Amino acid sequence: MVRVTTHATPGATDADAEAAEGRVYNVAGQDWDEVVAGDTDRAENEQIVVNMGPQHPSTHGVMRLVLTLDGETVTEARVSIGYLHTGIEKNLEYRTWTQGTTFVTRADYLTPLYNEAAYCIGVERLLGIEDKLPERAKIMRVLLLELNRIGSHLGGIGPFGLELGATTIFLQAVRLRENVLDLLELITGLRMNHAFIRPGGVAQDMPAGGLEAVRDFLRKAPRMVHDLRTLIDANPVFIARTRGIAYLDLQACMALGVTGPLLRATGLPWDLRKSQPYLDYETYDFDVPTTDTCDAYGRYLVRIQEIEQSLGLIQQCVDRLAERTMPNDPWLIQDAKIGWPARLSLGPDGLGPSPEHIAHIMGQSMEALIHHFKLVTEGFRVPAGQVYTALEGPKGELGCHVVSDGGTRPYRAHLRDPSFHHLQALAMMVEGGLLADVIPAIASIDPVIGGVDR
Amino acid sequence: MTQTPGGEPPAVESDSLPARQGEQRISAPVVRRGLFGVHDTPDTSGYGLLQVRKQPPLSSEPPYGGYFDAVAQALGGALEPDGLGFSDAIERVVVDRGEITFHVRREHLVAVCDKLLNDPKLRFEIFGGVSGVHYPDDTGRELHAVYHVLSITHNRRIRLEVAAPDADRHVPSVTSVYPAANWHERETWDFFGIIFDGHPALTRIEMPDDWPGHPGRKDYPLGGIPVEYRGTKVPPPEERRWYA
Repeated sequence: MVRVTTHATPGATDADAEAAEGRVYNVAGQDWDEVVAGDTDRAENEQIVVNMGPQHPSTHGVMRLVLTLDGETVTEARVSIGYLHTGIEKNLEYRTWTQGTTFVTRADYLTPLYNEAAYCIGVERLLGIEDKLPERAKIMRVLLLELNRIGSHLGGIGPFGLELGATTIFLQAVRLRENVLDLLELITGLRMNHAFIRPGGVAQDMPAGGLEAVRDFLRKAPRMVHDLRTLIDANPVFIARTRGIAYLDLQACMALGVTGPLLRATGLPWDLRKSQPYLDYETYDFDVPTTDTCDAYGRYLVRIQEIEQSLGLIQQCVDRLAERTMPNDPWLIQDAKIGWPARLSLGPDGLGPSPEHIAHIMGQSMEALIHHFKLVTEGFRVPAGQVYTALEGPKGELGCHVVSDGGTRPYRAHLRDPSFHHLQALAMMVEGGLLADVIPAIASIDPVIGGVDR
Repeated sequence: MTQTPGGEPPAVESDSLPARQGEQRISAPVVRRGLFGVHDTPDTSGYGLLQVRKQPPLSSEPPYGGYFDAVAQALGGALEPDGLGFSDAIERVVVDRGEITFHVRREHLVAVCDKLLNDPKLRFEIFGGVSGVHYPDDTGRELHAVYHVLSITHNRRIRLEVAAPDADRHVPSVTSVYPAANWHERETWDFFGIIFDGHPALTRIEMPDDWPGHPGRKDYPLGGIPVEYRGTKVPPPEERRWYA
């Protein structure tokens, strides 16, 4: 039998190659039984280290898993992150407080409005203007946050299906998500990276026809969610891949500080909107869905039920906004030293400063011109101190630690991103399980690397 | 409970007189000059001599209000069996904007965290991350690590703050109490250079492994962008015009 060996070093013998590269297998065809028979002593204890990534191991962004495998069983899982680090927190320190929203919105790009809200509520608490926020701004924030929650959950459920090989789930989820993004585009002007929530309120009022568009969405969305549930809830393939997979019980969640759908899938109804309400969430009527399966399937159920609850919250926001018919209902704080002065309007040549605002600052009010100039060039000063705001984000507790030294720029802003925190729990979920179950485990955490790496 | 939480009364009575407090304020370092905080062009506003001085560090005395007193009392009571007084472990307490901060002496951080997690009256189960803050002007306490912990049992949230001098950047790791602190401490090491003693694997997490320096620090050079025009360059952000 002629054996052809290809070594990395030309001309090396098998012994040299084994010393440099590990065990060498010579396979020449029709000798497979012989090769396997001669290798039984090693196969017993052999561990294989597999690098998953750094390209999208599960379409959630760029991260890398280092998995040690014993056959198909994962014995050790290590997560390597940092491939999408963009220095958002450092960048913030060289921009004004208002410009900060433009940066934090890019952290977790599936929950941009949550990042903005956490940061802005922090700045407002530092300024001491929390109770001066206009009512309309609060309702619009809740409306946008809940729309964003639906978008984020669908961005978790859809790719979840795709990762299991189910394109239909992905397409159905994305079809509904497109409707959410269309609404966000109509209200804020952009599908993502909105920078719409600003310290003191929101950037713009609801556009003409905005409420009607949301109502239209509320008419068709329940049907689409129902279709999605019909497709997934009792799907034998989906259940086989998710039930009992990525198990993380209440004790483990507590030890690892895990919150959000992962915690609620263990049966604990912990939701900051209920326990530590912000933006008047205590005045809205909604339930906190839970399951007690502690697995990937339970997390999916919690997410899909939260979408239904969010639809109810959006309906309540629409009703409240429709009731507020008074003219000139402010959506930004009525404080000339904080509220962003520029008003935008859609003119024949595109979006620009509204002619009324230009006429006001150029022809009528010297004060308004000064405020406009000062706020846009210099920004406002925030009294020194530090605050931590926590919101119930779609993925768990989203915190923002904001520190001011009394200047016009944030001294330090830090996002406590739930994805970053929860990826630490991945090893506990997948070690001892099968390699194939790593994918549903990641998908059930629903991490977004933009938020992990910031 | 024998020990009252909070600071002790001033040793010399005259130090607390209003006139003395005024003197202290005048001798505080100047943090900003001029009305607009512009530092690179002449100030023609007439307010160029205006000086804003640094605020003294905040410190609150009990009662702190709300659930803060219950937390401070329970923490003092829990530390007592270890022979630690409340003021041995906690430098000062600050209640500001409805949030409480316990400034913990770094050598007692792990003991305090252990009580916070395990004492039935405290039960701060959820670890909310570490946030590093660099104060180059705070001599001898330049690097701060800020921890937020949440109690689901009692629905409470508090903040711990630990300071370390730049010359000795060591803070004990709390991973033995809160395993979830692992990545957060790595991140704070990566960005601020705080060494968390006792961490199982304190390596960089966001920056590449061979990255020099700690980018979150205020003295980290930012670099500019060279432009192909008469050898000039876009200056780095800290050298551009800005308002204090």
